[in-house]
Amino acid sequence: MITCLKLFLTFLKIGAVSFGGGYGMIALIREDCLKNRWLTEEELLNFIGIAESTPGPIAVNMATFVGSSQYGILGALAATLGVILPSFVIILLVVSLLTQVLKYAGVKATLASIRPVIAGMIIATAVTMFLSVMLSVNAVDSSPSVDIRAVLIFAILTIVHFGYSRWKKKSLSPIVLVAMSAVLGVLLYGI
Amino acid sequence: MKKLKSLFRIFLSMLKIGAFTFGGGYAMIHLLDHEFVEKRGWLEKEEFLDLVTIAESTPGPIAINCSTYIGYKKEGLIGATVSTLGMVLPSLTVIYLISLFLDAFMASPIIAAAFKGIQACVVFLIFSAGIKMLKKMKKTPFNLIALSVTLISMMLLSLLSVRFSSIFYILIGGIIGAIIYTVGYLKRKSADTSEVSK
Repeated sequence: MITCLKLFLTFLKIGAVSFGGGYGMIALIREDCLKNRWLTEEELLNFIGIAESTPGPIAVNMATFVGSSQYGILGALAATLGVILPSFVIILLVVSLLTQVLKYAGVKATLASIRPVIAGMIIATAVTMFLSVMLSVNAVDSSPSVDIRAVLIFAILTIVHFGYSRWKKKSLSPIVLVAMSAVLGVLLYGI
Repeated sequence: MKKLKSLFRIFLSMLKIGAFTFGGGYAMIHLLDHEFVEKRGWLEKEEFLDLVTIAESTPGPIAINCSTYIGYKKEGLIGATVSTLGMVLPSLTVIYLISLFLDAFMASPIIAAAFKGIQACVVFLIFSAGIKMLKKMKKTPFNLIALSVTLISMMLLSLLSVRFSSIFYILIGGIIGAIIYTVGYLKRKSADTSEVSK
């Protein structure tokens, strides 16, 4: 039951301070999951991969996943309720009482100054994950070992992604990339 | 009775959108527009654009912000509750079912190999989400400094295994933005009053 409460509170906090949708949330989810030893880095990446390829909001998918992995259906409910509750309350306040709040220049300036921080957080999380998963670097003193196959998959995805968006002028759906990398994974690791 | 019907309508619409949109909140905005502006006419185009701005500038999942807003506009507090419930239910069900079978799945070496590939892909997706935000961002000195400071200090602290919650970056960014705005505002105000007194 304490786990449930902890899941609820953790995701309540994440729901209340994360801006920029699902990806803006990943830095915070990652930190808390690793800190509480709920997930390893690799499990976390698996979950994000599934959350990205199943329907629905990524943030809700992630909350349900982490919750369910720790405490079954109750955990899933606790974490999901936690992540949506701040949104729900804040939107009700904005729509019913504070209809003008987002139009004040001061509020706009404050929100605008959060945006670059979120972009920095997302990129830093990606680089940290890259170092940890592909080069096994988790701290300054860890000895790096390159996972050539993972780096190869990363390189192929980069080329395909940029090639496609140059050629078609629109970006490939993440699901296509996930499916492609699953095939590459089977080819490179499975055989 | 009419209200009940309307609530049911909201619930079904959100359930449908929650069950068939892949790729999270931003992909969902297009579907919400189609369903509620074009098809049902519950919102004017302009109000919908307002809604998107609100959903993006308030914390939390964008899809939840949108569903709460639309439900409230249509049927008040009950509408908001029903609407958000509809949006969340498909995710909750699908993901819970997957989580029941995931461990058994991962025992298969082929599936485990596929997920090795997917892990590399997720790192790529997070990277490109960050780069996309960077491209969309106005390249003002403040933004560039805020981004680099966050990026570098987060990387350093994580490599040095120092624990520092990312929440503080968000809070510090917001506070500094508010201070800069207030200082600018006060300066402008004092400039105005000194001109008037002349």
